[in-house]
Amino acid sequence: MTMTTSKHASPAASSKAAVTGSEAIVKFLKDSGADLVFGYPGGAIIPFYDALYGSGIRHILCRHEQGAALAADGFARASGKTGVVIATSGPGATNLVTGLANAHMDSVPLVAITGQVATTSIGTDSFQEADIYGITIPITKYNYLVKDPADLLDVLSEAFHLASSGRPGPVLIDLPKDIQTAAIHYRVPRPPAIPGYDPRPAPDPQDVAALAEALALSLRPVFYVGGGAAGCDKELIKLAEGSDVAVATTLLAKGIFPDSHELSLGLPGMHGSKYSNLAINESDLIVGLGVRFDDRVVGDVRGFAPLARVAHVDVDQAEIGKRLSVDLAVHGDLKLALDLLIKKLKPRRRPEWHGRIQELKARHPLTVPSGRGAIKPQAAVKAVSDLTRGKAVIVTDVGQHQMWAAQFIESNRPRRFLSSGGLGAMGYGLPAAMGAALSGPGVPVVLITGDGGIQMNIQELATIRENDIPVKIIVSNNSCLGMVRQWQQFFCGKRYSETVFRYNPDFSRLAQAYGIPGKRVEDPDLLVKAISDLLEAPGPGLLDIQVEKEENVLPMIPAGKGQTDFFGEEA
Amino acid sequence: MKKIMSILVRNRPGVLSHVAGLVTRRGYNVESIAAGPTENREITRITLVVRGEEHNLDQVAKQIRKLIDVIRVDPIPHEDAMTGELALITVSFTPEKKSEIMNLIGLLGLTIKHIEKDSATVMIAGSAQSVDTAINGLSPFFIRAMARTGLVALPLYDNGS
Ligand SMILES: Cc1ncc(C[n+]2csc(CCOP(=O)(O)OP(=O)(O)O)c2C)c(N)n1
Repeated sequence: MTMTTSKHASPAASSKAAVTGSEAIVKFLKDSGADLVFGYPGGAIIPFYDALYGSGIRHILCRHEQGAALAADGFARASGKTGVVIATSGPGATNLVTGLANAHMDSVPLVAITGQVATTSIGTDSFQEADIYGITIPITKYNYLVKDPADLLDVLSEAFHLASSGRPGPVLIDLPKDIQTAAIHYRVPRPPAIPGYDPRPAPDPQDVAALAEALALSLRPVFYVGGGAAGCDKELIKLAEGSDVAVATTLLAKGIFPDSHELSLGLPGMHGSKYSNLAINESDLIVGLGVRFDDRVVGDVRGFAPLARVAHVDVDQAEIGKRLSVDLAVHGDLKLALDLLIKKLKPRRRPEWHGRIQELKARHPLTVPSGRGAIKPQAAVKAVSDLTRGKAVIVTDVGQHQMWAAQFIESNRPRRFLSSGGLGAMGYGLPAAMGAALSGPGVPVVLITGDGGIQMNIQELATIRENDIPVKIIVSNNSCLGMVRQWQQFFCGKRYSETVFRYNPDFSRLAQAYGIPGKRVEDPDLLVKAISDLLEAPGPGLLDIQVEKEENVLPMIPAGKGQTDFFGEEA
Repeated sequence: MKKIMSILVRNRPGVLSHVAGLVTRRGYNVESIAAGPTENREITRITLVVRGEEHNLDQVAKQIRKLIDVIRVDPIPHEDAMTGELALITVSFTPEKKSEIMNLIGLLGLTIKHIEKDSATVMIAGSAQSVDTAINGLSPFFIRAMARTGLVALPLYDNGS
């Protein structure tokens, strides 16, 4: 077979000034508004960093490439813009892998630029050479190894286009050192033309009509909403309110439909509320919107929503019917589909269903457990919610505290709750919160993390101090890997195998060592005051909250089980 | 079951790794994969033959369709498919069997590419079935080496598609 690159870009008529590849990238980034980037330098990317020097682009020097990738992710999720991360070849590039996989799973627009050994050395195992192109094929939406400087500008514009359009995702550009120094003519890149790539497929009006009809006939409809609905919050509210549709939002969709809304069911699935799962179980029509029907929500594919027809609207055709075969499929851009649906659907009141939802919510509320003794972690999360009242970006790490945040934080707008969902990558929280705060969200950024997770990227405290990034850090400190410990309690007869830390640093003093105000709180009576002090003080701060060690996240549907198989209760 | 897919892709470096990697990573068994140029030198056609459960095969087709370099995926229904394959086969024999083998080669309609006193390399191009028939026909003798291209296929295009 032949695999030739036949593209020798025609020199553009416009600006013919010769620049280096690195200068061209910097100019491209500035022109496209990417004026804040995250990264970490090294030998193979020195020419690029040289061009960056004094360029006016703000570069945040993180303390680990994983931190830089996750910071770019937090920046992107909070702002809706494309995050940019830069690393050197070899170890720098491999350190990006978790960040890329995370962005891939959660469909976050990210462009990663990695240095690479010179094209003449590729394939010779030269110093700090790693095949990051090959390594990242399965965890990027697309990736490039630039071998011809004439391709560079088109690659850049295509990369940003791909990352941010359609179902967004991470794109990696591997950039050999000689490409960074090669002389090229700067020109405006060609508009990306990718045959076979349709970022905004129009839904088939007949499919939408069928969905409208199903909705009109349904007595107990539920929207099951995922992260793909991020830009459709207004349409959702209109549809739900117009027709009394109950709305369940996945972890990634939290806030897209207001948690405070009467029709909100909040989180469904493994650690969702009972009322959310019961409503799904009683529903006669589930409409998945920009969502994956993943195993943390739909544990048992065959037993899912036994009374319901299932419809699915998604921009990604490969998601439709992937885990669950659906009765009604609408392939297309979600906003286009919802606009059409709004036109076709006659609003209709469903007082019985509306009443039933209120009844389920009243009968099975999520409550903070009471009792004296140590601080309940749920109480800490609830206090954050009460004190911020939706006016904050809440970022979590991964574990029990993450699920309590999903349960007890009230989030009423998109892009205000950031969490590693699909990959569940511990270490996400601190750098992502940093990136979110740098995106200028206009509200405080509060990180809720665990004593395990924060230690996976603790080095970023230095980045936070250095750049005065006002992240409010709350450590739910149970001296253990709580979520795994919980599984061991439930399913391994309390054999706590390697989940209890026998030593932890004093996080408040550790923060202080990084120049960040740190406090510890143990007394439940002082909890609310301590959190409110943290939120009110200017700049970054850390609060180490000593919480009940053996607290569990409930309700819980064990993995693979159905929507009503609540752990510890007879069916 | 078996599924044949004809995949048109942008002729980019790495495109074959993207396609082959995806198929194996998602747990499907590749029976053969063949790639080569088309009438448009910027476009490559890949013919992929995979085995698996029907539902999974639909899923793999969708996943392939989703790859950025993939322009279109045409499933090839076995019956009306325009498919073909080429094989090179080297058989060894004792000198006294030579005439018997030459007869057989003529009977099977194989092209001789190379011949020695105790071995011959023959070529066959045709349907996958005719390749199988040739191999079966030669199998009483010692087949020392064999190379099959894997199936190539062309969908039946309507005018305008
Ligand atoms: C990188 C990574 N390693 C391991 C895990 C498995 N894991 C999931 S939750 C968890 C415990 C997290 O502990 P901690 O950060 O203290 O939070 P807690 O559950 O106690 O709130 C672990 C180890 C993971 N999700 N990510």
